[in-house]
Amino acid sequence: MTLDTTPMGTAVRIVSIEGSDVLTLRLMEMGMVPGAPARVVKSAPLGDPIQICLGDYHLALRRNEARTITVALCD
Amino acid sequence: MSAATETLSGSQVRPPSFQDLRRPLTVAVAGNPNTGKTSLFNTLTGLRQKVANYPGVTVESKLGQWSLAPDCLVRVIDLPGLYSLEATSLDEQIARDVLLGRTAKIARPDVVIVTVDATNLTRNLYLATQLIETELPMVVALTMFDLAERSKLRIDVTKLSEALGVSVVPVVAKRRGGIDDLGRAVLSAAAAGTRQKPDWCFAIPNPNGSRLVSNTSRESWQELLTARYRWIEKVVAEATDSDATRQASISERIDAFVTHKFLGPVILVLVMLLIFQTIFSWANLPMNLIDHVFSALGAGLRTHFPPGILTDLLVDGVIAGVGGVLVFLPQILLLFLFITLLEDSGYMARAAFLMDRLMRAFGLHGKAFVPLLSSFACAVPGIMATRTIENPKDRLATIMIAPFMSCSARLPVYTLMIAAFFSGQKVLGFISLGALMILGMYLLGIGVAIIVAWMLKHTILNAPSPPFMMELPPYRLPNFANVAHTLLARVGVFLKQAGTVIMAISILMWVLVTFPRASATEAGNDHATRVENSYAGQAGRLIEPVIAPLGFDWKIGIALISSFAARETVISTLSIVYRVGDDSGAESTSLVAAMRKAKRADGSTVWTPLVALSLMVFFVLACQCMSTVAIVRRETNSWRWPLFMISYMLVLAYVASLITYQGGRLLGPG
Repeated sequence: MTLDTTPMGTAVRIVSIEGSDVLTLRLMEMGMVPGAPARVVKSAPLGDPIQICLGDYHLALRRNEARTITVALCD
Repeated sequence: MSAATETLSGSQVRPPSFQDLRRPLTVAVAGNPNTGKTSLFNTLTGLRQKVANYPGVTVESKLGQWSLAPDCLVRVIDLPGLYSLEATSLDEQIARDVLLGRTAKIARPDVVIVTVDATNLTRNLYLATQLIETELPMVVALTMFDLAERSKLRIDVTKLSEALGVSVVPVVAKRRGGIDDLGRAVLSAAAAGTRQKPDWCFAIPNPNGSRLVSNTSRESWQELLTARYRWIEKVVAEATDSDATRQASISERIDAFVTHKFLGPVILVLVMLLIFQTIFSWANLPMNLIDHVFSALGAGLRTHFPPGILTDLLVDGVIAGVGGVLVFLPQILLLFLFITLLEDSGYMARAAFLMDRLMRAFGLHGKAFVPLLSSFACAVPGIMATRTIENPKDRLATIMIAPFMSCSARLPVYTLMIAAFFSGQKVLGFISLGALMILGMYLLGIGVAIIVAWMLKHTILNAPSPPFMMELPPYRLPNFANVAHTLLARVGVFLKQAGTVIMAISILMWVLVTFPRASATEAGNDHATRVENSYAGQAGRLIEPVIAPLGFDWKIGIALISSFAARETVISTLSIVYRVGDDSGAESTSLVAAMRKAKRADGSTVWTPLVALSLMVFFVLACQCMSTVAIVRRETNSWRWPLFMISYMLVLAYVASLITYQGGRLLGPG
């Protein structure tokens, strides 16, 4: 499952990021490392970008980038 | 403060290496964006600070002085926020270069205070641990400590400090809590000098100093980065104890309205409406007050000084010119007040979140929303705010269209034209025509900006759409001191501008309008003839054939020429040309009245509503601002872009003004 298709409000964990080097580096620096807890909060009125709760803070991300992030459901 | 003083005066404690420095200590405040960095900087320095000024400075950072102890004044630099030493935006590069001593003009700081948001430890410690690895003397300032306590997050500061290997000081900037401790920690860090490398190190090897991801295999840097986070998570887990009611939940509840599918855009429109309403109605009272003060000043000078050229210069040149511009200080203050409040409360990020999809349709980035909104106050800070946009082509496109946002300097022009030719008229019986016209001018600027952005992004600035990644910081009550500091800085810049550039131009225009003086014996030696024969009049006559199709006569031409330095000078120039400072009767003192009475050679009136509209359109689109040109030159590091900007905007302004005037004449009787 990728982050752009994750249903709103579902608690997930980051598995991996398959984006470009620069994008992946920044996402990981912002805390999107494998195992980090995340949750899709909502999408903007026009459907894009989406708001993600990542650990202790919130991040806005476009669906294009969210698509590169693989996540797994929390047990 | 007393504790710090005691410690410092004890001779055995006084750090010897600090004494040997024999120069003031330089401390840089660094940290993630939205971590209370600027609050801390303001608390440390109070009013002893300055924003490095616009033209000619390569690094924009706030400098201040912190009287850390008696006889110990410390230079403090407030750096732009950054998430990592692997800078992706220009803002981050600037901060990193100062921290690593790569900036030619700014010496490497002696001590770095890194702000760490106590409510978001893990991500904040990412940058902090990177900085600790640089071996620079360092102190961690744990900000938002009161918020962490309130959300029942207990942080064991000693444990955190032991794990990191540097002092950790909790601070509550607005109550000055922890500031003395921070001072002591900074002094002992300075005394200790360069630290040992910590026994943990996750720095990604980067031998060439270039972007590290190209030097190291993807697997290896991902592994190191993850290891750093694992280590931080372990440290945080050991040093904190939480009853886990996340502070973010309040922000989420506010967001339920503010970024709601339907309510969100409605609120955004209402917020913008409130801003404009305030600027146009509430600002009137102080504006009238300032206007009266300057009128009285001019009249007073006339009565107390002997008539002559010096009095003319003072009243018609200096007072009419500078006063005409200072009147707009309340409007400018209110606009900046709103923008600062929106920024500090966390709303700006939400606005960018709401607008990103729409902005992308025009090839722009959601992050461009904030700089463009700021440009409604002034394009200069707006253009500087584009530094947060990572992609250079997106940043350039945003810079190129920022001057189309109707800035506060255009307001006086619109206000004057409306007061003179459209005041008191209503549409549908209750909407003021003036307000509608101003809204129209703003929309014209936005519309043209969108078209130009789209064209630029599909031609010379074509690039794939960059990733959009933006923190949505928790909502916070704006800090009063921060807002006051920002406003004071803005007032300072504006007053400086009014006192220097605008005064100089006012005097210059007065001279050009007054000389050469026709001899007194000549027939028809009234003001109008004198202006016509003056240097300015000759220049106005020279360009009259070019601007006549726009509906402008040579007197407006004089005002146009002077307005290319700064838009608001058009008013001071018109005041001088129409000799408004001359106090020969209650009615004739008003510029509005003078403009209404002005006649062409053939006896027809110069100013018709259509001429006023044509002039307003010209002012929406033309790039008449030296400061903007200077800042674009600096931010793009070339003359190519500012020259391109001046020329294409001038062409657009001319064409649009031509269409307005000639089209209007075809449709009706002028």
